[in-house]
Amino acid sequence: MTPTSPFSVGQGLRFLPGLVALVIAALTLGSAAMLWGRGTGLTGLGPSDWAAVRFTLTQAALSAVVSCLLAVPLARALFRRRFYGRNALIALLGAPFVLPVLVAVLGLLAIFGRAGPVNLGLTALNLPPVSIFGLQGVVLAHVFLNLPFATRMLLMSWQEIPAERFRLAASLSMGPRAMAWHLERPMLVRVLPGAFLAVFLICLTSFAVALTLGGGPRASTVELLIYQALRFEFDLSRAAKLAGLQFGLCAAVTLLVARAAFPFLHDAGRGAALTDLAFAPEGWRRLGDGAVIAMAVLFLGLPLLAVIWRGVPGLADLPQGTTLAALRSVLVALASAGLCVTLALTLSLAIAARGPGHRLLEIAGMLPLATSALVLGTGLFLMTRPWAPDSLALPVTVLVNAVLTLPFLIRLLLPPARRVTADYARLAGSLGLTGGAALRVLYLPRLRRPLAFGAGLAAALSMGDLGVIALFASERTQTLPLLASRLMGAYQMQAAAAVALVLVALSFALFALLDALGARDVDA
Amino acid sequence: MLTLDKLDLRRGAFGLTANWTAPAGERLALIGPSGAGKSTLLMAIAGFVTPTSGRILWQGQDLAGLSPGSRPVTILFQDQNLFPHLSLAQNLGLGLSPDLRLSRADRQKVDAALARVGLAGMDKRKPGALSGGQAGRAALARALLRARSILLLDEPFAALGPALRAEMLALVGEVATETGALVIMVSHDPRDVQGFAERTVVVADGVASAPQETARLFADPPQPLQDYLG
Repeated sequence: MTPTSPFSVGQGLRFLPGLVALVIAALTLGSAAMLWGRGTGLTGLGPSDWAAVRFTLTQAALSAVVSCLLAVPLARALFRRRFYGRNALIALLGAPFVLPVLVAVLGLLAIFGRAGPVNLGLTALNLPPVSIFGLQGVVLAHVFLNLPFATRMLLMSWQEIPAERFRLAASLSMGPRAMAWHLERPMLVRVLPGAFLAVFLICLTSFAVALTLGGGPRASTVELLIYQALRFEFDLSRAAKLAGLQFGLCAAVTLLVARAAFPFLHDAGRGAALTDLAFAPEGWRRLGDGAVIAMAVLFLGLPLLAVIWRGVPGLADLPQGTTLAALRSVLVALASAGLCVTLALTLSLAIAARGPGHRLLEIAGMLPLATSALVLGTGLFLMTRPWAPDSLALPVTVLVNAVLTLPFLIRLLLPPARRVTADYARLAGSLGLTGGAALRVLYLPRLRRPLAFGAGLAAALSMGDLGVIALFASERTQTLPLLASRLMGAYQMQAAAAVALVLVALSFALFALLDALGARDVDA
Repeated sequence: MLTLDKLDLRRGAFGLTANWTAPAGERLALIGPSGAGKSTLLMAIAGFVTPTSGRILWQGQDLAGLSPGSRPVTILFQDQNLFPHLSLAQNLGLGLSPDLRLSRADRQKVDAALARVGLAGMDKRKPGALSGGQAGRAALARALLRARSILLLDEPFAALGPALRAEMLALVGEVATETGALVIMVSHDPRDVQGFAERTVVVADGVASAPQETARLFADPPQPLQDYLG
C-alpha cells in the first residue's frame, strides 16, 4: 500500500513547480555555464584578480568571526535579562537584514568617518585617527549588518534549551560557570558553525559595501571586479571569468551551508526569555550584560540616527529625479516581492506535498544561494546583449532580486506549509478540496502570516538593492540606492543622506505595510 | 453493499487483510488493539491509502482510482475535522461545494443542518470558540449535508467524556438513518460498540475478520478479542 500524495495542484498546474524549478536552474546554472564557457576557465586571471579572491575570503572570514564572537555575549545578555524595551530591541535586530546597505554605509561614515565623533574623540585624546576605508571598514560594515542576524540566530537557540535543564542545573546547585559549560557550550558548538557559514556566505557576495568602503588594488571583492570589468573596462571575457570564479566560491560554501538552518527570520526571539529569572546570575555578570546591551544599542543605533540627523536638513531640497527614482524603486520592489512570493509558494507547496521529485525542487530552491547579484547580472547581461540591456534594467533587476531572495522565502514558508499539509491535507482531500480551491480556501489563509512577512522581506531587500541595477542602469532607469551612491561618489553627502533617508523610510514602510497584511489572526 | 475483496494492505512489517461485505445502512464497529490497522482500513476505504492488492467496491463499482473527495464516503478523523480559519457556515458549506461558492439555497441548507444538530445561530463562530462536543456536532452536520453512502468514524469523539460520547453516537445514529449511510466506526470502548453497532469486526493479528453480530460476539469472544478485553 502507498499513501496518496496529500495535496495535488490541479491537473493543468501540476507541472508548474517543475517549470519554476527549471527556470531557476536555467538562470543560475545557465548563467554559470555561460560564464564558464565565455571566460575559458581560469587562464588569464592576473595577480590583481587573485588578490581580490584573497581579499574576498579574508574579509568574509573576519566579518563572520567578529559577528559571531560579538553575538555570543549579546544573545546571552538578551536571553537572561528582562528590561524595558527588550522586545523593541529584539525586533530592531531584525531591521539590518532589510536595511539598504547603502544607508548602513552612510550611517557608519557619519560615525566612524574622518570627521565623525569617533575620530574627533581620538584626536582630542592625541591618538591617531582610524580609517573607515579598506579592510577594517568593510569588516565594520559587515559586522554592523550581520551582528544582529547572528544574535537572533543564537538567541533562538538559547531559547530552545529546555527550561527543565536550567531547573535541573539549579537543583544540582550549578553556578553560572558550570551552567555555561554544561548547558550553553554544547548549544554554541552546535549552532556557531552554521551561523559562521551563513554570515560568511552573505559577505562573500558583498558588493555595495566594497564599492563604497573598499576599492583599489588592496580592498576589492570579486563582485566589485566583475562590476568594474563590465561597466568601465567593457572586458566581457574578464567579467565572465571572474563571475565564474565567484560562482565557484559561493557554490562551495553553499554546499557547506545546505545543512545548516537559517532559523533567524520569523518572530525569532520575540518575547521569550529565561523562564525563571532566579537562574540569571547577579553581581558583575549583571553589569557585564548591561554594558554589552548598551554598547550594542549604541553601535547599531547611532549610525541610523546619524542618517536621520544628516538627512533631514536635505529633505527640503531633494535632488532632481528623486521622486521618479523613488517611484521606480517602489515598483521594482513590489514586482520583485510579488514574483518572489509566487515562486516560493509554488515550490514550497510542491515540496511540502512530497510528490515525485520534491527533493529536486528543494535543491532548485537553494541554487540561488550559490550565485550572486553580479554573477546572475553578468549572465543576463550576456544573454540580453543583443537587445540593449539598459532598456531591460528594471525587469532584470526585478527578476534577479526575486531569484536571490527565493532561498530565504522558501526557508520561511516551508515549515508552515508542511504543518498545514500534515494537519489538513486529509480533511481537504476527503472534502474534494483540491487545486485552486485548496489554494484559496486552505493554503492562502493559513499561510497568510508568513506570506505577508515574506513579501515585506522581499520588497525591502529589493528596494535596497545596489547590485544588479548598478550593472544595467542608465540615467533613465535610476533607482533610489543608485541615486544615493552616485551622490556619494560626487561627495554630495548631505544630498546622499537625504536620499538615503527617503530610501530607508520607504523600505521600512513597504515592509511594515506588507507585513501588516498578515497581522490578523485568521482563527479568531 | 461495501465489498472488501481479498483486500491486502502492506507496508514494511505491517500487514492487514480483509475479505467480507457489509450492506448499505448497517452500523459496523471495528475493535482491536492499537496498531492492528483499524485506522488504516478506514484510510483505504476513504482513498488515502492505496491497497497492495485486492479491491474495494461499493454497489459493485471498484473505488480504485477515485480520489478521496469523489468517493461515496464521508470520514470524521480523530481531530482536525474543521478548518480553524473558516466560520462554521463555511466549514459546513465545504460539504456542499468544495470551492465555497454557495447559492442562497445552499446557505439555507447549511443553516438547517446547524439547527438539526443543535447549533442554530452559531454559523459565524470559528471552531476555536466551540467546545469539543460542539465541534463534533458541526462535523456531523457537514456529514448530513454531504449525505454520502458510507460514514467512517476514526474515533472522532475519543477526547469526550462517556456521557457526551454516548450523546454523539446517538446523533451519529440519527444522521445515518436520515442519509441511509453505512456507518463504520473504530472504537476502543466495548460499551460504545455494544450500544451502537449491529455487527462488529475484530481487527487483530493482521486480519480484519468477517463481521459478526455484536451481542453474540461479546457473549462468546474469540481468542484475539478476549486478549484485547483482558
